[in-house]
Amino acid sequence: MKIDDKLALNLFHVDSEAHIKVDKEKCRKCPHKVCTRVCPVENYTLEGDELVFAWEGCLECGTCNIACDQGAITWDYPRGGHGICFRF
Amino acid sequence: MVLERGENPGSKNVFGGILYSTVLNRLIPNFWEKAPIERHVKGIQIFLISDKNAVSIGVESEEHNKPPYNNSFIITRNKFDKWYANQAEEAGAFIIPNTVVDDLIWENGKVVGVKARGGDGELYADAVIVAEGVNSLLTGKAGLRRDYEPRQVALGMKEVIELPKEVIEERFHLNGREGVEYKYIAGDATKGIWGGGNIYTNLESLSVVTWVGLKPLMEQNIKATELLEHFKNHPFVRNYIKGGKTIEYQAHLAPDGGYDSTPKYFTNGLLVVGDAARFLNASVHYEGTNFAMASGEAAAKTIMEAKKKNDFTANTLSYYQKLLSGSFVMKDLKRYRKMNRFAEANPEFFGPYFDVITQMAVDFFTVNELPKRTAEFQMLKRFRSGLKQFYSSELGAKYNHNWFTRTFARICPLMRFMWQSLKGALAFI
Repeated sequence: MKIDDKLALNLFHVDSEAHIKVDKEKCRKCPHKVCTRVCPVENYTLEGDELVFAWEGCLECGTCNIACDQGAITWDYPRGGHGICFRF
Repeated sequence: MVLERGENPGSKNVFGGILYSTVLNRLIPNFWEKAPIERHVKGIQIFLISDKNAVSIGVESEEHNKPPYNNSFIITRNKFDKWYANQAEEAGAFIIPNTVVDDLIWENGKVVGVKARGGDGELYADAVIVAEGVNSLLTGKAGLRRDYEPRQVALGMKEVIELPKEVIEERFHLNGREGVEYKYIAGDATKGIWGGGNIYTNLESLSVVTWVGLKPLMEQNIKATELLEHFKNHPFVRNYIKGGKTIEYQAHLAPDGGYDSTPKYFTNGLLVVGDAARFLNASVHYEGTNFAMASGEAAAKTIMEAKKKNDFTANTLSYYQKLLSGSFVMKDLKRYRKMNRFAEANPEFFGPYFDVITQMAVDFFTVNELPKRTAEFQMLKRFRSGLKQFYSSELGAKYNHNWFTRTFARICPLMRFMWQSLKGALAFI
C-alpha cells in the first residue's frame, strides 16, 4: 500500500502555512539526506538533487527534527486544532 | 485548567494499543464498566521470526478474563481519551481545546503561567504541569533537558485495519470481549533492526504496529515506510490481517532512552509528566500508559501538598520526585536503564541471532530417518556453524569491532553466544 493512499484515509485540518521550516540551503550541503528515509509519511523527497518538503501529510511525530544533524529543521506544532486529527 | 492542542483530547495521541490500568482503577474503580474499552487482554503471544522460520510462545490465563483483567485493556485513544477528559470535566476540570502552548511565563526564576499561541493568550497559575508528550518543546525551552539523540527515541508506525468482529474472534480464538496482543520481537519483523512488530485486537479492527530505534534505522539503507509494509506482508503476519481494510495510518515517536534520558522533571512552579519526562519502560514489557498516569497522579498529589503550604517552589515540588522514586515508575526505569545502551551495542541480537535460534527450533522438529540423537547433534553443529558464519561475516566483524571478541567469537561461537545471551537477558527481561 502506497503512503499517499494511507494518508488519504486520515483526517487532516491542513493549515495554510507550514509548521515545520526547512532551510534548503543547509539541505543542499547535506551528504546523507536521511530525512527522505526516516519520515514515516515521506514528506521529504528529492527532485533531482533538490530537497522538496510538503507538510500536508505530517503526523507531527518529530522524527525529522531528531534525525536531522544539519540544523536545517525548525520544528513546531501546527496551530491549535490544525494538522492531523486521529480518529482511532 | 487543561490546554489541549487538538480539537479534542485524544485527537493527537498515538500509542501501540494497551492501556495498563492500575492507576486508573484507583481513580475510577471498575472503570471498565463505563469506559469505551475495545477488549481486555487475556493473553500475549510472543514471536521470534526470521525470513522463513518462526518460534512463538503464548502466555494466557483464565484469570485475565476476570476483573481487574490483569489491568490491561486494548483501547483506541480518540474514543477513550475523550471519555476520560469528560470524567475530568465532571470532577471540575476546565478543558480548552485547539490551543497550542508556545512558552512558559517566568517570574523571578519561577514558572507562573503559559503563553498560548495567537493573540494575548497568557494564562497564570500557581503551578504548571507539562504533559506535552515526546516532542517536549517546552521542557527544552525551559532548559530542563539536553537535545535528544536518535538513540533515545523509537519510531512507531501503525495501521488500523478494519475486519468484522466475527472474523477477529475466530482468527484469534476470542470470545466476547477477550483480546490478545501478538508481539514480534525484532528479527525479520523489522529487517533485523532493534524494534518489533505488534498486532492488537480491537473490537472491530486490528492495530498493526512496527517500531524501530531511530538510530539503527538511520544507519540502514531502508525507508521507514517500507518496514511496515514488509511486516504486513510477512508470511507469519499476513494471514492474520488478510481481507482487512486499512482505515487509518498513524506514526509517533516513543521515548526509548530510559532512565538516563529523563530530564529534570520539576522546578519552581513546574512539573513534567508522561512521555515529556521520558517515563517509559522500554524492555520486553514496554509499558508507558501506566507510567504516564502514575506520574500524573503523583504530580496532582504534589500540587495538593504545595497548595496546603501555599508554596510552589522546587523545594516543595520535590515531593514529586519522592513519590516517583518510591513507585514502580523510577524503580522500573532504573531496573532497565542499561537496555538502551545494550540494544545499541549489540545489534546482532535483533537479526542474526534470531536466524540461528529459529533454525535450531525448526531443525529439532524436522522429520527424517536420522536417529534423533544424530539429528540433535547435527542441529547443534548447524547452530554453531550458523553463529560462526555470522561472526566471520562482514556484519559480524562490524558488530564485534574489538579484535579480541571478534577472534574469540570466531573460535568459540557458542561461548560468545551464551555470554551475550546472558547479558541480554539481564538487560532486557
